Amino acid sequence: MNAPSITSTAQTPAVTRRFDLRAALKDSFRSALIMLGLSIPILAFRTDQSGGDIFLTPRWGLVAIICAIVFGLRLLLHAFTASKAYRKATPSSHQATEPVHAEPSAYQHVSKFAIPFFLGVALAFPLLVYLIQGGLNESRYWVDLGILILTYVMLGWGLNIVVGLAGLLDLGYVAFYAVGAYSYALLSTTFGLSFWICLPLAGILAAFWGMILGFPVLRLRGDYLAIVTLAFGEIVRLVLINWVDLTNGGAGISSIPRASFFGLPFTAGEGGFAATFGLEFNGMHRIIFLYYLILVLALLTNFVTMRLRRLPIGRAWEALREDEIACRSLGINTTNTKLTAFAIGAMFGGFAGSFFAVRQGFVSPESFNFLESAIILAIVVLGGMGSQIGVAIAAIVLVGGPEILRNLTFLQAIFGTGFDPNEYRLLLFGAGMVAMMVWRPRGLISEREPSVILKERKAISGSLVKEGHG
Amino acid sequence: MEIFVQQLINGLTLGSIYGLIAIGYTMVFGIIGMVNFAHGDVFMLSAFISLIFFLLLTTWLGISSVALALLIVLVVAMALTSLWGWAIERIAYRPLRGSFRLAPLISAIGVSIFLSNFVQVAQGARNKPTPPMVQDVIVLFQGESGYNVALSYKQIIIMVVTAVLLTIFWYLVQKTSLGRAQRACEQDRKMAALLGINVDRTISLTFVIGAALASVAGTMYLLYYGVVSFNDGFVPGVKAFTAAVLGGIGSLPGAVLGGLIIGLIEVFWSAYFSIEYKDVAAFSILAIVLIFMPSGILGRPEVEKV
Repeated sequence: MNAPSITSTAQTPAVTRRFDLRAALKDSFRSALIMLGLSIPILAFRTDQSGGDIFLTPRWGLVAIICAIVFGLRLLLHAFTASKAYRKATPSSHQATEPVHAEPSAYQHVSKFAIPFFLGVALAFPLLVYLIQGGLNESRYWVDLGILILTYVMLGWGLNIVVGLAGLLDLGYVAFYAVGAYSYALLSTTFGLSFWICLPLAGILAAFWGMILGFPVLRLRGDYLAIVTLAFGEIVRLVLINWVDLTNGGAGISSIPRASFFGLPFTAGEGGFAATFGLEFNGMHRIIFLYYLILVLALLTNFVTMRLRRLPIGRAWEALREDEIACRSLGINTTNTKLTAFAIGAMFGGFAGSFFAVRQGFVSPESFNFLESAIILAIVVLGGMGSQIGVAIAAIVLVGGPEILRNLTFLQAIFGTGFDPNEYRLLLFGAGMVAMMVWRPRGLISEREPSVILKERKAISGSLVKEGHG
Repeated sequence: MEIFVQQLINGLTLGSIYGLIAIGYTMVFGIIGMVNFAHGDVFMLSAFISLIFFLLLTTWLGISSVALALLIVLVVAMALTSLWGWAIERIAYRPLRGSFRLAPLISAIGVSIFLSNFVQVAQGARNKPTPPMVQDVIVLFQGESGYNVALSYKQIIIMVVTAVLLTIFWYLVQKTSLGRAQRACEQDRKMAALLGINVDRTISLTFVIGAALASVAGTMYLLYYGVVSFNDGFVPGVKAFTAAVLGGIGSLPGAVLGGLIIGLIEVFWSAYFSIEYKDVAAFSILAIVLIFMPSGILGRPEVEKV
């Protein structure tokens, strides 16, 4: 026997003494029993329809597998926590001698390398994909995915102003996204205005709606605010469905004009983008242009947010998030502070919305349901409220992750050919949101340090103290 | 006049269902101050449980008496949905106690998304119709224009079951030691713990009671509409929450009153204004009530402690 195995055998009895196998087994068995109870009858029987008839198909095998999985996971969790408790119980040799000091936050660690890295990748992305895939048309899927992710990054950054900075939980953010999208769709189809005129108009209109919806909710806080914004988001969607004269109802508005490259349309003929620059015409030019357009818009959102945070208004937002009552007693005008947060957040939502409309060429109310709001909120929450880079990472994980799931074809070999991993996307998404709140309620990169500091960074930062009831 | 009476009956039936769901919101909000966003989906889940058990009893076990089948379904669905309510609280809400203030709501949204998609994956995305359960009607009186005002057996069952269960649970909350513990936790959780009340258990039981009443609502919903789908939880959930706020959150009679009012408003709105905008009306009422009278009709005004 060599040395490492001796140390491991020496440690094992100590671990097992702490790890009570009997109790763990008993508890795991109990969890499995509860799982059994939960899965009757919703998993054990499947309702199938043929014509008008409805009948049941039993699936006890599935229930048994799931109960076994729960049993195994619970046992693993017990083993894991026991070994963790053991490691905590044995003092490390240099623990006592280490001085207590304020550690740089996770945000500072990450941002030093991550920001230039992500920016570089984002800028070079179409080129990289072109080189890897070996052709413009082959890279279409990846550039489209990049556009989708960047749209959510931008929405996340926009919502971050409201939720992450000002601490106002907004469950109806998608309403402003919808306002932006319909503004562009309607202005361009009825008045023939170009994208470049509609983009600022859509932003202004969305900001205006942000103010209108912000006014009534000024007095509300916390959960009530969240529910009222949810109600507003749903009202906007329902009005879009039912006001058929204006919005064409559930059928949506189609054939929305495409964006031009500063006046040069992406068409094959004379005067088009390709002909002017002496390139061979390819539909991908437009897609790559859209990619850079959303990249610029997202970076603009980020830039404006970072600047605003250093202005008095941004500091007021952060103060409002920490404690509204203290904020008011220090003479901050909470009305203006909240309204600007709503308006500016909504404005970026409006920009993203009009980009969505120009990219799709089609808008319908179904794109703006509550789930969309929940996804954007999940991006902000997962990324760590207030952290810009965290939101970007979360958007990549939450929007790009399902795409990976879609491509996991080997899972079909395990679960049978009828298995569609994409069905489980939202299921995992909901479970992930809960898990995130349980394990890391502050998000991947939690940042609550003040943006502006007087003289020096204090050892006790905002992240160590609990938030007030703001 | 005939239409009015008929709509009144329909509204009260719908309102009973909303009232049953609203109690779950109001009790949970009263005791831990969170909006249990997933409650509407628990209601939807219980409707599915009822549907499957009803099919199981009638087709597999061959019980021909609908009344007996309904009774068994009601009891079983209550038990199983309570287990779901308990498990959700244990997994998704209890670890968050003392976390930052938005955490429980975000977690609840996660549970809501999880539940509706769980049901979709487990049972398929299509609407699930039930075989007709109770179809007889009593014609109350016949109008001059030949319009019959009818009270169906379904509606009688729904209103009677609601009334009976509400009385039982009202008794539970008002007169038993569990109810006392609950009200103590509502006022001051720390003090209640110091006085020997098992706070965790009391909160768990609150969720269990809420889920049990939601399951009654689920069974009644299935009986009334005869069809359920995986995304049927959201809108009734929001309407029931509106009812809870309208009646005064934290107040049990308020929740029932609010439920009846919301049911009546919805039905009359659909009958006299426009059926397309009935959900807009419900959401608008929610916003208006929260903004202008957040303490509701029977609730206590909230005192802000600094």
